[in-house]
Amino acid sequence: MSIRIDKACRYTKSHEWIRPMKSNTARLGITDYAQDQLSDIVYVELPEIGDTFKKGDSFAVAESVKATSDCYMPVGGEITAVNDDLANAPQSVNGDPYVAGWFVEISMSNPSELNDLMGPEAYESFCAEESAKGGH
Amino acid sequence: MTEPLIYEISRPGRCGCFLPELDVPRAGLPKDMLRKDLQLPEVSEVDLVRHYINLSQTNWGVDKGFYPLGSCTMKYNPKVNERAARIPGFVRTHPYQEQATVQGNLKLMYELQDFLVEIGGFASVSLQPAAGAHGEFTGILMMRAYHHDRGDTKRTKILIPDSAHGTNPASTTMSGFQMIELPSDKRGNVDMDALRAACDDTVVGLMLTNPNTLGLFDEHIMQIAEVVHDCGGLLYGDGANLNALLGIFKPAALGFDVMHYNLHKTFSTPHGGGGPGSGPVGATEKLSKYLPGPIVAKANDQTEIYKLVMPEKSIGRMKSFFGNFGIMVRAYAYIRMLGAEGLKAASEDAVLNANYLQARLKKTYPLPHDRLCMHEFVLEGKVAGAADIRALDISKRLIDYGFHPPTNYFPLIVHEALMIEPTETESRETLDAFIQALEKIAEEARTDPELLHSAPHVTPVGRLDEVKAARDLRLRWAPK
Amino acid sequence: MTYVPHSEEDRRAMLDTIGVHDMADLFTVVPEEVRYPPLRIPKAVSELEILRELEALSERNADLGHYSCFLGAGAYNHYVPSVVDHIISRSEFFTAYTPYQPELSQGTLQTIFEYQSMVCALTGMEVANASHYDGATSAAEAVIMALGTARGKRRKAVVSPYLHPEYRQTICTYTQGMGVEVVGDKNGVVGLDGLKALIDEQTACVIVQNPDFLGRLESPAILMALAEAAHAAGALFVVSVNPISLGLLVPPGEYGADIVIGEGQPLGNGLNFGGPYLGFFACREQYVRKMAGRLVGETVDVHGRRGYVLTLSTREQHIRREKATSNICTNEGLCALAASVYMVALGKCGLIQVAELCYHKAHYAAERIGKIRGFSVVGDKPFFNEFIVKCPMNPVDLNRRLLQEGIVGGYDLANDYPELAGHMLFCVTEMNSRADIDHLVDTLAEVAS
Repeated sequence: MSIRIDKACRYTKSHEWIRPMKSNTARLGITDYAQDQLSDIVYVELPEIGDTFKKGDSFAVAESVKATSDCYMPVGGEITAVNDDLANAPQSVNGDPYVAGWFVEISMSNPSELNDLMGPEAYESFCAEESAKGGH
Repeated sequence: MTEPLIYEISRPGRCGCFLPELDVPRAGLPKDMLRKDLQLPEVSEVDLVRHYINLSQTNWGVDKGFYPLGSCTMKYNPKVNERAARIPGFVRTHPYQEQATVQGNLKLMYELQDFLVEIGGFASVSLQPAAGAHGEFTGILMMRAYHHDRGDTKRTKILIPDSAHGTNPASTTMSGFQMIELPSDKRGNVDMDALRAACDDTVVGLMLTNPNTLGLFDEHIMQIAEVVHDCGGLLYGDGANLNALLGIFKPAALGFDVMHYNLHKTFSTPHGGGGPGSGPVGATEKLSKYLPGPIVAKANDQTEIYKLVMPEKSIGRMKSFFGNFGIMVRAYAYIRMLGAEGLKAASEDAVLNANYLQARLKKTYPLPHDRLCMHEFVLEGKVAGAADIRALDISKRLIDYGFHPPTNYFPLIVHEALMIEPTETESRETLDAFIQALEKIAEEARTDPELLHSAPHVTPVGRLDEVKAARDLRLRWAPK
Repeated sequence: MTYVPHSEEDRRAMLDTIGVHDMADLFTVVPEEVRYPPLRIPKAVSELEILRELEALSERNADLGHYSCFLGAGAYNHYVPSVVDHIISRSEFFTAYTPYQPELSQGTLQTIFEYQSMVCALTGMEVANASHYDGATSAAEAVIMALGTARGKRRKAVVSPYLHPEYRQTICTYTQGMGVEVVGDKNGVVGLDGLKALIDEQTACVIVQNPDFLGRLESPAILMALAEAAHAAGALFVVSVNPISLGLLVPPGEYGADIVIGEGQPLGNGLNFGGPYLGFFACREQYVRKMAGRLVGETVDVHGRRGYVLTLSTREQHIRREKATSNICTNEGLCALAASVYMVALGKCGLIQVAELCYHKAHYAAERIGKIRGFSVVGDKPFFNEFIVKCPMNPVDLNRRLLQEGIVGGYDLANDYPELAGHMLFCVTEMNSRADIDHLVDTLAEVAS
């Protein structure tokens, strides 16, 4: 399958994307690969503004009809905004995972953690390897 | 033709049930407490009966046909049990009546406790939990109480095999513990190396289903019990699969310290479309004092007088009153009608039927664990040469052949799992017809897969849009 | 009489197919030392024999069909219309399993959807689940739901001392491993103001019962004020109710409840010595994802036809496993069906009528009992159909005397409230005729003299 990649993002091995914005803030969500694995998303459980997480903590849960998937922080930070539109239109995560389907905005506690993440090309190769290993 | 909702049949002013007139003076009603509106349906009795009868026609039950759901034990529900449970002298008793006035009920409960003790090899039983999951939660709380009573509060982990039913980890969380998942080995047993590595003094115990959800008896069961006990842990038995072992072996003899029974599985009480069930818990001497209560005891050894007592260090009550008494009456009647020989025959034929199906069907579908099974077995819902056919498609097509599908997608450790449990109450003809249907479906998967993808065709509704149901929540009738 | 169809010939042929010699070969995996233990179970009997035995056993009970019953306290003697048993005896309903294959289970699924709708209508709430085991476990699940809604950040439940004692005990059993503090039920709290004082920012929920265990009714305005106090502190307001009373009374949805629970047994389920019963559970839609239990939703099939499915299943144990909202799987499905048939059979006007019969008969009884020398009806609050009576003798002895006169008397409150020793809780329903009540009064008068 051809996987959509957003060139402005960096990526985790657990298929989350992060797009840095100005002043140490960033937007996060799950990737095209992740939404494809989950299939039709029916709900996303989001944290509250003010919650803080470390890199690797589960901060959200994406639900399809038959499964749930924890979403992990690519870097540490505090939640400054959540995408309220997802409550009424969770399918936007499937349709437009990098823009309309964003999950949260954070204020990063340690922006240098971004360097540990994969860039767009590295992530694309990673996904190709994962697919070859065989999903369902 | 879909049946309308009862609210759609409702018409103002209609009534189904006529009550006696008020025969006492009216008292004043507290005006500020009265509701203004009550939106319940208004239908005549005729319309009520037709509505529910029409709905019943769209349902599948054991009385209609084969229902091979793995781990559910959909055996025939004897009708004499229904008659027994409806005896007015049982139905018309209040749980708070003075104990001297309900000795019939208490005696029945006492004897049922004894039967379950005997079948499981335990020291005592509480009949209070209302379902299997309720029994599991009870058992873990009892294990917790045991350790805390010994002054040991550092144990916080429950070991659970990856083949376990979802209620096991859920019950663990409710008890305040953390679950540690143990892998299974290639033969479907608990991986002994993983078990040994995990057993230490932070382990509360292991929750084990034996035979497990693959239908397989663990080949290392005695060592498992030893390893767990050696590290100071306890062994909890999920008794969902008891139908394989009545009179064949007693779980306590294998080292189980506490176990729940499912009366609505093994002991033939009906599933009711989602209950009521009953999940009694048995315990060895070591754990008996922690059982939930009240339970029934004899007033003293000489008499036939029964009373309700709380076990000495009971974890408390798991629900109101004494448990699902109406279900106990049914299970009691069943056990008395089968006797020891009948119970053993039931398990033997349950295991025979499962092995027969397995031996025939493994020629058509992949069998991940090719050894003798107990009362159930798991196939992979895949067909060679039909790459995009999945367990779901095979199941839906089985409906067109007049069978209820087996359990799908469980246990999680088998890909595209089809878990099949025939039970002992099915004839050879039924089993052969089921085999033939599955063989035909495999053929169709190769030659005409669309038949499977678009199945079922014979039901009142086709495949339902579950995504829409979850995204666009409509959970009750609303007026237009 | 073992319900196994096979002949020896069948077994032989099947063993051959499997490739083993005899039945014992199927069990060699079981360690020899534990195989084939003797089972000391009485010898098998026939249908005829077991029914005779059980009928004789039942005769050792005081069958309420032969007594007039004034006992309530959480389990109630109400009339069950004949249609209820007729419908729940349909094989298609009672021998069915949980409706995991919706195409084969539209009957079960639609009846659950209708049940959910009627529970919402009765309680004034937006969402209801398919059932819990009983009122007590519903109460415990309500506490767990409140903890989940607070995302684990709050650890306190404020519980009224007049919530049914067994519900409070069940809450304590359920939460014993959760690090939860249950307050209010033992702190000598007397009124709702006492409860209000215990609410703080650690409180996940406040639970009350209306009518309470002692039968007393609180005004919607006061309950609304308590709800507001809970909400101001960020806690949920949980109300436990008697569903029959809701035929007459303002539903908790109209006085600030976030969760409404209770015992559904009075709706079409016999007394059955305490079970199987029915825990109903309803809440506001915004909390639905934290609610435990099965939920049926409406949808369409591939041809656009309306149909019903289990939904929001990711809350449940079979998918969410250790992160599930609860471990509940089998619930009280057939009891919920009985309750549905009851609510439909009685319908809007019927349920109002049952509630009125209970109310007026109870008030007639209370007035007459209050006039007997030595007895007094205690309390100044309004009541629905249960009231407290101070007795001139020990309730245990009084009940023994009443039994001799064919009367099952009220509940001895000394069991749960030491300050109410010598007091009984009397309950009157539509099953008590005026003659029954008059006979009770006459007997009490006789006993007191």
